[in-house]
Amino acid sequence: MSEAALQEQLAADRPPHAGPSSQLGAAIVAGFIGVGGLIGSLALGLGRLTQPGPGLWPFVVSVVVTVLSIVLALVGRRGTDTEKFSRSSVLTAVAVLTLVVFAAVLPLIGFEIPSLLLAFVWLRFLGRESWISSVVTSVGTVAAFYVLFVLVLQIPLPRLI
Amino acid sequence: MGGLIDGFGVVLEPANLLYCLVGVVIGMLIGVLPGLGPAATIAILLPITYGVEPVSAIIMLAGIFYGAQYGGTITSVLLRLPGEASSVVTVFDGFALAKQGRAGTALGVAAIGSFIGGTVSIIGLTLLAPVVAGVALDFGPPEYAALSLFGVLLVATVGNGGRLKAVIAAGLGLLLATVGRDTFTGASRFTFDSLNLADGIDFVPIAMGLFGLGEILYNLEERHTKQHEPVAVANAWPSRADLRQARGAIGRGSVIGFVLGVLPGGGATLSSLVAYAVEKRRAKQPKRFGRGAVEGVAAPETANNAAATSSFIPLLTLGIPANATMALMFGALLIQGIPPGPQLVSEHPDLFWGVINSMYLGNILLLIMSIPLVGLFVKILRVRPAVLAPITVLITLLGVYTVANQVFDIFLVIVFGVVGYLMKKFGFEPGPLVLAFVLGSVMETAVRQSLLIFGGNPAGFFTRPISGTILAALIVVLALPALRLLVKRQKERV
Repeated sequence: MSEAALQEQLAADRPPHAGPSSQLGAAIVAGFIGVGGLIGSLALGLGRLTQPGPGLWPFVVSVVVTVLSIVLALVGRRGTDTEKFSRSSVLTAVAVLTLVVFAAVLPLIGFEIPSLLLAFVWLRFLGRESWISSVVTSVGTVAAFYVLFVLVLQIPLPRLI
Repeated sequence: MGGLIDGFGVVLEPANLLYCLVGVVIGMLIGVLPGLGPAATIAILLPITYGVEPVSAIIMLAGIFYGAQYGGTITSVLLRLPGEASSVVTVFDGFALAKQGRAGTALGVAAIGSFIGGTVSIIGLTLLAPVVAGVALDFGPPEYAALSLFGVLLVATVGNGGRLKAVIAAGLGLLLATVGRDTFTGASRFTFDSLNLADGIDFVPIAMGLFGLGEILYNLEERHTKQHEPVAVANAWPSRADLRQARGAIGRGSVIGFVLGVLPGGGATLSSLVAYAVEKRRAKQPKRFGRGAVEGVAAPETANNAAATSSFIPLLTLGIPANATMALMFGALLIQGIPPGPQLVSEHPDLFWGVINSMYLGNILLLIMSIPLVGLFVKILRVRPAVLAPITVLITLLGVYTVANQVFDIFLVIVFGVVGYLMKKFGFEPGPLVLAFVLGSVMETAVRQSLLIFGGNPAGFFTRPISGTILAALIVVLALPALRLLVKRQKERV
């Protein structure tokens, strides 16, 4: 296979790029953080070069971030390094939701049930594994974690049993 | 010399042998499995290193890093899927060889090249590192300020992806590093009155989120939907003729890899590209490349291993990580209470020489694993990513909790996981951010101490010989692409 064909194949594996608006969005978010840093570090006090205050260093960094974000907004709009969100991006959103729920209930009911549910949801619904494979893998994983973390390493995880 | 020999004693302790073996096996595995790279794996395993002896922990993490370089080759050759970025060029000739039924040749040459490249690099590391560390003992704050700036900017500009975005990411990393109490004045910075942020953000949740969870979330959007069927390989013995053909490429690849690995931002990926290009240019019939040239596999695979090893030099001698994976090693050393820097050789000789010598052993283990056992690793390719994802996620979330028994850290990982995912979607590499975060406090402290030394005059950075030279080199490196562009435009006009 030739190099050109390979490059083409690797490019085809990537989703389509997202266009100028996403580049602008990225620049605005980065610029926003930069400006936030500027305001925050001014409030902290810059001090003097002979006696730098707590805000001097973050101020310098924020100036760089802000300026480069403006440059990105001006020249970066034709870039093709962003990726479009697709229908499968919904999977990622669902995945993040399961993680948040996991973290929220972990201290309340221990790690066993949340881990089991998280593994099952990821396997069955995000990974489209079969029912049997999902059940066996999730139960096996949690059992292995129990043996490893609780019995062998004796790490104080919040737990039910 | 005594340290070198004592170092072998350290490696041959049974526990360290075991950690070395565990490291290279994990590295080989994740190299074979597309998706999780060495940086993500090391990030996810950071919490485990808390309970392990420092020497053993670093031996294991290092094993993961260079082991992954071996493993990445297997998928490149057999599946046309590079397991690691540093094995992308191996695909050109490796897969061509596999299609001709010579997959064993490709894998064998790659394994032998990797072994030689790694070994040459370890010898270089053994000889060069103590010398560099000796010189660096005289460095003061201005030199450290210049060096860390050099490191951050080079990694940002040499890495893949847009340079502008990489520098912005590095800037955000430096800003994140300022969160918490200012060490000079005691003022709280950017903590939003949260007690959890009062002492700053810990390195572990940032690394685990951006590298580990971010990569898992990114991979959930199935990219490689087609299931590739690997070519069957029983073992990997290249013939004598193949080895003779690869000899020169392996020699040159070792040198290229060693040199580029030492430079900030160089590392395994860049050196594999350069080594491949050099072989192609030198060849009498460049057309053979891409159609199954043995040198086309030997050169990049040798170079990426040599670079993986030599990139330890700046970390172990100057305390400046040369790439994102080394930033994780930096974090792992800090976790163990060992600040990386020029004092490392004299203050922790067991760690310094133990880690270096473990690489000799690890490379031998990898050679043994990759030639006769290659069939076994090919079987692992049949494990579906959908099965691995929930397991790695649970290891990440439970792992970060065990560090301080705080649910807050789990939420931090989730936040940085989402940030890492979005960064990838919007074309920002998380590498420069993590690297800048690691170096952030070193850099700020060095700059502020320097300003005190110079009586507030920033010109002092340029008038001191070493820091001035480093900054001048930095300006040259940054200005080169712009100059080249200018010359090109001039020519076009004529």
